Amino acid sequence: MLSDVTMGQFFPGKSVMHRLDPRIKMCLTVYFIVLIFCSKNFVTLGATILMSLLGVVLSKVPLKLYLKSMKPILFIVVFTGVLNLFYGTGDPIFTLGFIHITRNGIVNSIMIAVRIVVLILISSILTFTTSPTQLTDAIERLLKPLALLHVPVHEFAMMMTIALRFVPTLLEETEKIMAAQKARGADMESGGLMQRIKALIPVLIPLFVSAFRRAFDLATAMESRCYHGGEGRTKMKVLHLSKVDYITLIVCVLYLAAFITANILLPAAIVR
Amino acid sequence: MAILETKNLTYTYGVGTPFEKTAVENVNLSVEKGAFVGVIGHTGSGKSTLIQMLNGLIRPTSGQVLLNGEDIWAKPKEIRRVRFQVGMVFQYPEYQLFEETVIKDIMFGPKNMGLSDEEALKRAKEAAHFTDLKPELLEKSPFELSGGEKRRAAIAGVIAMDPEVLILDEPAAGLDPKGRDVILAQISEYHRQRGNTILLVSHSMEDIGRVADRVLVMNNAHAEMYDETRAVFSRGELLEPMGLRLPQITSIMRRLRKMGLPVSETVLNVDEAVMELLPLLKKRKEEDKNHAI
Repeated sequence: MLSDVTMGQFFPGKSVMHRLDPRIKMCLTVYFIVLIFCSKNFVTLGATILMSLLGVVLSKVPLKLYLKSMKPILFIVVFTGVLNLFYGTGDPIFTLGFIHITRNGIVNSIMIAVRIVVLILISSILTFTTSPTQLTDAIERLLKPLALLHVPVHEFAMMMTIALRFVPTLLEETEKIMAAQKARGADMESGGLMQRIKALIPVLIPLFVSAFRRAFDLATAMESRCYHGGEGRTKMKVLHLSKVDYITLIVCVLYLAAFITANILLPAAIVR
Repeated sequence: MAILETKNLTYTYGVGTPFEKTAVENVNLSVEKGAFVGVIGHTGSGKSTLIQMLNGLIRPTSGQVLLNGEDIWAKPKEIRRVRFQVGMVFQYPEYQLFEETVIKDIMFGPKNMGLSDEEALKRAKEAAHFTDLKPELLEKSPFELSGGEKRRAAIAGVIAMDPEVLILDEPAAGLDPKGRDVILAQISEYHRQRGNTILLVSHSMEDIGRVADRVLVMNNAHAEMYDETRAVFSRGELLEPMGLRLPQITSIMRRLRKMGLPVSETVLNVDEAVMELLPLLKKRKEEDKNHAI
């Protein structure tokens, strides 16, 4: 069923990670992704992995959910990992025909695979512990400087909020319309490609009609409440940095210093 | 003979997830051919899931649905045939209209059955006549019709398949009182003329009291009662805890009876009440006259 797709995949909770300011969480997500790709040796890589695992533990989201979010990218991880195996530089330690496998190749493929996994892990922490509304709020606040360049930041954020809000509604609607047309004998499970595309028409047309209807209704509802864009608009829930946020920030800054030092002083994993 | 039967019918949503929920549990029903069954129940009582299992839109987790004595899932590949035999009108069916013209939309079902264009057109016209759609509307775009007309066009789209069993989920929801009366009257008329079996899902005990001869009460995923309308309505005190209320007229008549008036215990609709009360009023008038003399 369509509703099985976990959209937004927010997992409500009250953990430290949930309480963290969404702006901080967003910045930290980017920060850790940059760090994981900048780590040159196993010490810094390992330490950054540990930091993200700490985030996973603190989020108190069941590990099963994290593993589930990994599933779709498993193929990419294996694929890039194997591909990188053959592109190592240096002396081959194993040769079969035109295939040369070097120490650098092995190290590189492991690092790439680990980096992709951690990348997904880190972004999962963000999406699991932050509700879509919080996310858009944070994006709006973080992009605010762009408003000086006449970028309609508020409008973008509003569009995102509305889109996210209507994903489940439209999914539900699609299911209903599909059931109704199936009850009239529409056949959506068999036939060739062209036939299947044709079979979608009875679903898509009512769906678009209803999406437009909802759009008009929503526009009217917003207008009748005097909505006129972001100018002079205040927030019901103003984002405030709390003690937890400051502690997290300080820890991360200290970690950055340690990271840079270790990255420079310790020998790189890939020998040039 | 029973046309539609269910045996220990059960459906559970999200098996194996934390959101597991049984929507229908162990329902055993038997619907006689030509019956008009009202299905009532509180929101979330499982009635929508139940009716969707009856025409094979949802496959039961366990148990069986028998149509004319045969398990509808015996040959899963032929489930579409079941859907033609058990027609289903969903809630707010006007949202399923999609064709260029009303008549083409009504023909969608019959054509899916593999009928020729002429035969489909003939059936569509008949169905449009049943639902009282004026001929000049048939060539219009369905999106130009009024709300009530759209509703009737969508119902015609299912009637045109000439199903043995017709299931309607809240066909009068969201219509004004007049539109409501018209739709219900048309469904009754259709039932009278064709003699098909009809299942009508409704929140409104008033509507069900007016048209149904049997009532199925769903509560908490179970079929709580399944009996003749009068028998179900006479157990009004059992319905209240299920979030259902007897029709106003039934309650009034029960109260009158308690106050000592010789009226029957269960009155289903206003017409019946009038039939009961008129003779009483006449009698009283005569008595008054006699007193005066």
